[in-house]
Amino acid sequence: MSGNGTLRNYHAAVWDEPVVMEMGHHGRRGMVFPDIDEAVTAAVGDSESLIPEEMRRHDRPALPEMSEPEVQRHYLHLSQETLGMMGVSLFGTCTMKYNSRINELIGARPEVAETHPLQHEDTLQGTLEIIHNFDLILRELSGMDQFVFQAGGGADAAYTHVCVTRAYHQARGQLAQRNEIVTSIQAHPCNAATAAAAGFKIVTLMLDDNGYPSLDALKAAVSDRTAALLINNPDDMGIYNPDIKEWVNIVHEAGGLCFYDHANFNGVMSKLRARELGFDACMYMLHKTFGTPKAGGGPAVGAYGCTEELAEFLPCPVVTFDGETYHLDEDRPNSIGRVREFWGNVPQIVKSYSWSRAMGAEGICEAADLSVLGNNYMEKRLLEIPGITKSQPHLNKWRMEMTRYSLEKLKEDTGVTTFDVANRMVDFGIDAYWLAHEPWLVPEPFTPEAGEMYSREDLDHWVDVLARISHEAYTDPEIVKTAPHNQAIAKIKAEPLEDPEKWAMTWRAYKRKYGAGKET
Amino acid sequence: MTANAPTAHPYMANSVPDIKQEMLDAIGVSSVEELFEQIPDDHRLKRGLSLPKQLRSEAELRRHLVDLLSKNATCEQNLSFLGAGCWQHHVPAVCDEMVGRAEFLTNVWGSPSSDHGRNQTWFEYCSQIGELVKMDMVGMPVYSYGCAAGHAIRMASRITGRHEVLVPALSDPERLSVIRNYCEPDEMESHIAVVPVGYDAATGLLDLDDLKAKISPTTAAVYFESPSYVGLIERQGEEIAAIARANGAETIVGVDPITLGVLKAPADYGADIVVGTTQPLGVHMNCGGGVGGFIASRDEEKYVHEYNTLNISIAETERPGQFGFGLSCAHQTSYGMREKGKDWTGNSTYLWAISGAVYMALMGPEGFREAGNLIVAQAHYAAKTLGAVKGARVVFPAGFFKEFVVNFDDAGTSVEEINASLRAGGIFGGKDLSSEFPELGQSALFCVTECHTREDIDRLADALQEVLS
Repeated sequence: MSGNGTLRNYHAAVWDEPVVMEMGHHGRRGMVFPDIDEAVTAAVGDSESLIPEEMRRHDRPALPEMSEPEVQRHYLHLSQETLGMMGVSLFGTCTMKYNSRINELIGARPEVAETHPLQHEDTLQGTLEIIHNFDLILRELSGMDQFVFQAGGGADAAYTHVCVTRAYHQARGQLAQRNEIVTSIQAHPCNAATAAAAGFKIVTLMLDDNGYPSLDALKAAVSDRTAALLINNPDDMGIYNPDIKEWVNIVHEAGGLCFYDHANFNGVMSKLRARELGFDACMYMLHKTFGTPKAGGGPAVGAYGCTEELAEFLPCPVVTFDGETYHLDEDRPNSIGRVREFWGNVPQIVKSYSWSRAMGAEGICEAADLSVLGNNYMEKRLLEIPGITKSQPHLNKWRMEMTRYSLEKLKEDTGVTTFDVANRMVDFGIDAYWLAHEPWLVPEPFTPEAGEMYSREDLDHWVDVLARISHEAYTDPEIVKTAPHNQAIAKIKAEPLEDPEKWAMTWRAYKRKYGAGKET
Repeated sequence: MTANAPTAHPYMANSVPDIKQEMLDAIGVSSVEELFEQIPDDHRLKRGLSLPKQLRSEAELRRHLVDLLSKNATCEQNLSFLGAGCWQHHVPAVCDEMVGRAEFLTNVWGSPSSDHGRNQTWFEYCSQIGELVKMDMVGMPVYSYGCAAGHAIRMASRITGRHEVLVPALSDPERLSVIRNYCEPDEMESHIAVVPVGYDAATGLLDLDDLKAKISPTTAAVYFESPSYVGLIERQGEEIAAIARANGAETIVGVDPITLGVLKAPADYGADIVVGTTQPLGVHMNCGGGVGGFIASRDEEKYVHEYNTLNISIAETERPGQFGFGLSCAHQTSYGMREKGKDWTGNSTYLWAISGAVYMALMGPEGFREAGNLIVAQAHYAAKTLGAVKGARVVFPAGFFKEFVVNFDDAGTSVEEINASLRAGGIFGGKDLSSEFPELGQSALFCVTECHTREDIDRLADALQEVLS
């Protein structure tokens, strides 16, 4: 268990796989199509004649020409050169969970995969029943009155909220006046960003000594220009704002709406509800808290729920139930319309419903317990490692499901940065940890989140790896600074990525800037 | 096992009483409850959750889900002609294999070294899109086609400092609604006015006279699609782009990439920014959950520095001769600059970049050409065959790709009634356009792809004949 203990050997797969654009051979085929039926040609003529001449493509797109097994092997190699969650990933703020295989098999069934959103609702009763029943589960978890699933991620749900906020104040003739959104520096950047994209001015509250903004700061920020408060609680340092009910009251008294960004729901699920805290709306990320895969960045779902008062503004369609049949309700004249086409990432909704059923009330409660227990269990061990301190060290209450740590001391002592440590972690098959959103409030931050899936042995292993790296930093810092050593590739050079002369987001750009086939 | 001895949950390794106790002992607390001390008592829910019964057995859970889903009817069991933003294209088995690989499925962020293979796949997705549209800059996917258009319009507005966009009146109401939300109501200071441009009643193409009348020095961008919402290949692309350019506006073109083996690359007729859908590239319809979008442009700082997407660039590593793939221009996003970032950035549809990369590599130039030719031919055959049915008329009879509009005004019945009759016979008819575009009367948008056979089309025509007679 000490930093000098024996750790498992690990090395990533190395395939030196070429870029697909360089692969293949002229004339090879990976996918072919049926010949055009003779009766079709007889009726309409040659297909090229059907395309207006000025719009016909005469050149061949410079795509690779490969056989099917070549393509398969290439991407299998690339999948093997991806650590994913093959080791232990405690990526803070993302709530790493088990993504059950049964859910993948269910989501791939034709009753999900081969359905079209414009089918008549009579032909989609199974899907609609699942969505409605999952809506009921989320209503019970939050106390809200209606959920919709159109938003393609947490940020998109925040965007949904600011669109609903616009519609709410517009309906009251106050939108021009109420042009400010209040949030905190510890809220996810997407809250401020989506509100700004929706045309609002942003008022950002800074933290005081308690680790959250003071009531006085809030009171000073709120006025008759306030459209809404967008806030998370707890934050991603594991600090819960005990004044949140009063916050909501203050904003409501000023005429603003209150949106609960439940990004950090895992530690409080079944423990409290948005409704009882006074919020008008909230958001859950199904790809985090509800067990659907992250897939490297979606497809995701930001499930957005609100009170009856706001429901008229929700994006369409809303899934409803009349006691016998499920419906797609489009007849909502005050709806904001669409934030994204159709009604959401349906396979992910089905998987989240499945996760909720597999967990049940008792499982969800236990998951919250285990995630908070796991975090505090890790915290005790992590703080024993040289060079590691935690944010707001003077706050001595138990943190929630995450704790923010700092490697400032390690950097001062050894010159090793949090980036270096993250790069070294992957040499042990441990996913690089989450640092912190910008701006960093804590120097050299890192943020693990234990979650409920990983075993105590996994959590211990993660801490053991960090202990080993700390020991290396104090005894042989070069090995950390030059990491990774056991990965598919070495550390990439950062400078060219920001240089317009050198960046290349496509093979076309690369060839133009570096010459065809030339090594970088 | 008695009811008093709880069984560990299969998803939670520490849901074993003695492990929990040891962990509590290790940190010196007597109960988990103590760990929630930060939450004031009056914030706590004082009762247990009331949820449906736990189904922790996989066998039981599977049975429950399969039973529910069996109430659906699918586009496999039935013959579907629905499109309109979500299309039934063939999904290669290797695409399904790769998006199901746990490494691609469960990762998050990672690092360029540890998740090298995923980053390379992402780069290969962007590179292949780049070849189809002939643009050097392609960002990582966004939520959808409409969202891509929305972001591109906002980019154009920032680039030009102007606050108006011209869009076709004959646009997909789904996409247009998304665009309107991205362009804000006019109470907002940064509002972008969305101005529809009419269409030629005979051809369905953009009315260039109306475009010229509406474009002005306040126009940030002209947005049009090819194929358009109703399936038409917009053959005036060059003229539209010239008109936009002459007025200092950006030209934003929306495309369906599956057309680009046979249709001219948008860069070749003057597009400044290209957007489009990613769903046809190896992604199942997923009841609309398969949609995704892309944004592409020339590789000029003026454009690149306005992207809200994450971008993946090839770069050298510290080891000579080795390359990797890292984030480029990430600081300009909301992750770097919060509300000062470009729009916003978050989880998107990146798994579909994996299937897209695999799809395009399998297709190659000949696959795209072959598929394009097959689809165009079958769609025209379908239009011709349906148009021959008494009571049916193809509204824009030439120059479309996979979708076309059929009008039933002469049949004396509604699309709703026709589709109900077709459905009874196992056919999902075209999307009803009658409430979206009243001027088109009782019309429906039919979609034909490489998944259909000539016999399928004949079956539809026969069924329609019966319904309309």
